Amino acid sequence: MNATTLPHPTRRLILQGAISVALIGLGNLPFGTAHAAANDKYPEEAFRQKSEADAIKALYGKTAEPSDKIKLDAPEIAENGGVVPISVTTTLDKVTSISFFVAENPSALAASYRIPDGTIPAVANRLKMAKSSNVVAIIEADGKLYSATREVKVTVGGCGG
Amino acid sequence: MAIRRRDFLKGTAVAAASLGLPRLARGSDAASVYDIERFGNARILHLTDTHAQLNPVYFREPGVNIGIGEMAGRPPHLVGRAFLERFGIRPDSADAYAFTCVEFEKSAGRFGKLGGFAHLKTLVDRLRDDAGEARSMLVDGGDLWQGTGLANLMQGRDMVEVANLLGIEAMTGHWEFTYGEQALRDNLERFKGEFLAQNVFLTEEAAFNDARAFDKASGRVFKPSVIKELGGHRVAIVGQAFPYVPIAHPRRFTPDWTFGIREEELQKHVDALRNTDKVDAVILLSHNGMDVDLKLASRVTGIDVILGGHTHDAVPQPIAVKNAGGTTLVTNAGSNGKFLGVLDLALEKGKLSDVKYHLLPVYSELLKPDPAMAELIGRLRAPHVTDWSEKIATPDRLLYRRGNFSGPVDELICTALRTELDAEIALSPGFRWGITALSGQPLTMEDVLAETAISYPETYVQEMTGSQIKDVLEDVCDNLFNPDPYYQQGGDMVRAGGLSYTCTPAGTIGSRISELRLASGKALIAGHRYKVAGWASVNGQQGAPVWDVVGKYLRSGRMLPERLGSGVTLRGVEDNPGIAGQG
Repeated sequence: MNATTLPHPTRRLILQGAISVALIGLGNLPFGTAHAAANDKYPEEAFRQKSEADAIKALYGKTAEPSDKIKLDAPEIAENGGVVPISVTTTLDKVTSISFFVAENPSALAASYRIPDGTIPAVANRLKMAKSSNVVAIIEADGKLYSATREVKVTVGGCGG
Repeated sequence: MAIRRRDFLKGTAVAAASLGLPRLARGSDAASVYDIERFGNARILHLTDTHAQLNPVYFREPGVNIGIGEMAGRPPHLVGRAFLERFGIRPDSADAYAFTCVEFEKSAGRFGKLGGFAHLKTLVDRLRDDAGEARSMLVDGGDLWQGTGLANLMQGRDMVEVANLLGIEAMTGHWEFTYGEQALRDNLERFKGEFLAQNVFLTEEAAFNDARAFDKASGRVFKPSVIKELGGHRVAIVGQAFPYVPIAHPRRFTPDWTFGIREEELQKHVDALRNTDKVDAVILLSHNGMDVDLKLASRVTGIDVILGGHTHDAVPQPIAVKNAGGTTLVTNAGSNGKFLGVLDLALEKGKLSDVKYHLLPVYSELLKPDPAMAELIGRLRAPHVTDWSEKIATPDRLLYRRGNFSGPVDELICTALRTELDAEIALSPGFRWGITALSGQPLTMEDVLAETAISYPETYVQEMTGSQIKDVLEDVCDNLFNPDPYYQQGGDMVRAGGLSYTCTPAGTIGSRISELRLASGKALIAGHRYKVAGWASVNGQQGAPVWDVVGKYLRSGRMLPERLGSGVTLRGVEDNPGIAGQG
């Protein structure tokens, strides 16, 4: 979480709340703050794909290249697989969308955000993860796709030293 | 005592002659083991993972501590003779007894117990006197408040009193968190030192609800660091609590707090200490575990020394790790009060020019217990000592816990669980604390508590399928052998009773565990359901505390069955020096 991207921590929390609600499955409703700028329809087909590659293809119709201009923050080991805090920021220009994929989830696409012109490209959300997996952030910038990947471990816990 | 004294001398004198270890070089008198040549202008004394062992203990270091990938064959993943060779310690010496499992039983009779806070107090005071006024500091790396029946009953209050008398000025934590926020805060009210943790933050919900924090803006729950004036220079001590508290322990103890390694926040904080506070040295007081510290040292810049704990590795010399900003030294100072780390610093304006490090075994036979501390320990123990001194069994073999896969203490616990709770299989956590008991010496309830005293001791019996059991083993095994230390939690493999298996540590999750068999020799079947007993579950359980189950089993006059052995066959680690007798 980067407190500098938005001036008011409280406002940031409320925004995150809105995003979490969207993720729980009210997908067809208008997304409010996070999705307000999007005028294209809900990407049903992409959310239905099992694999990460198929979901990226369905969402964007092209492939991404890894970029070191993306900063993907995720815990090494999740404290609660049900709500894993994952955030992304980037120094790439002309960002139009940011999407998150959890490779090992039953359906890989977890969330996709339209970034309106003039918005700071920073998204923090919480993803539900059934098990250890790579988490991939895809950023669409100036018509091209870029990616960053982090491994997040989801463990049964216990047995600490 | 006279014979013992000669034993110490013999060991030390020979070691000094043949290997020139500086600490042992002037062995005209046994007490001179603790004469350290003057060096530099400041001294930091480091204790860690004492696990509340107020009195001296026997503690056998592991015979199995395997390192995989880059960690293979590197400290701390060396045991037995490979360890002695790496650090130039003479077999048969007192130090060989303190640092390794080599001929443990034989040496235990010669060199006696180690540790004990009254003995530590004498040693600490002496080393602080030697350093001179305003030139020394005593820090504790955590796991100070847990590990005995007394500490568990008092939720660590006993250890706060002891810490104050010992003069601990800064500490961080791990098991300290398992008494919950209220008990932790109550203890910290009484603690005269600083509790430091740069990596504990409020969850967003807790921050939103305005929960208590050291710094509301950052969400840091505790003070991250303290700057201490030592020998006319400014030294920053940064605290790094155990990063995986809510994962390794029930989440209910720390619902408002989120942990993690927090490399980035650490880097920012170290940079601020360097650039804004203009400190002359930065020390990280860490409960990460040694493998994690070694990786962290390669990535975070500006830390001079990491004083490490958690993994209970007694490593006699610091490991130097290069990073983009220079070199960071990484230490780990053992457990159970057996060792005291002594870091002598040569400080200059804006930099640490040189250090000398000694990890001193606390030989209780060589140190006169401090009377005030002995009195305090006696007073704290008095209300319970009668109840807990009852002899409940006499072990017919050496009982120890340490080892990656098993040890007789946990075999005993698993046998007790299976017998008393009528289960086919028992699972017991791979803790690294807990004392060693000698064969033929009476075992008391206090000893049983020293292996089991935690704030979530409830036992359980539940049905699990064969594949669920394998998944648990795979999961814990990955915590131990993941090639990336940041994905390890420390601790050892979950102990399995009534179940044997083959383990390939260098494999990947899902492929390390194979050939699972029940005690009968029958193969474990993925879809079958089995009755499994256990304790220390991260989910709430209702069963009797494990110490009562083990106590009941021992009182019935039974011990371990004839056939001993971990039931674990290792594959692919044939030349690994992390296994005693190999490498």
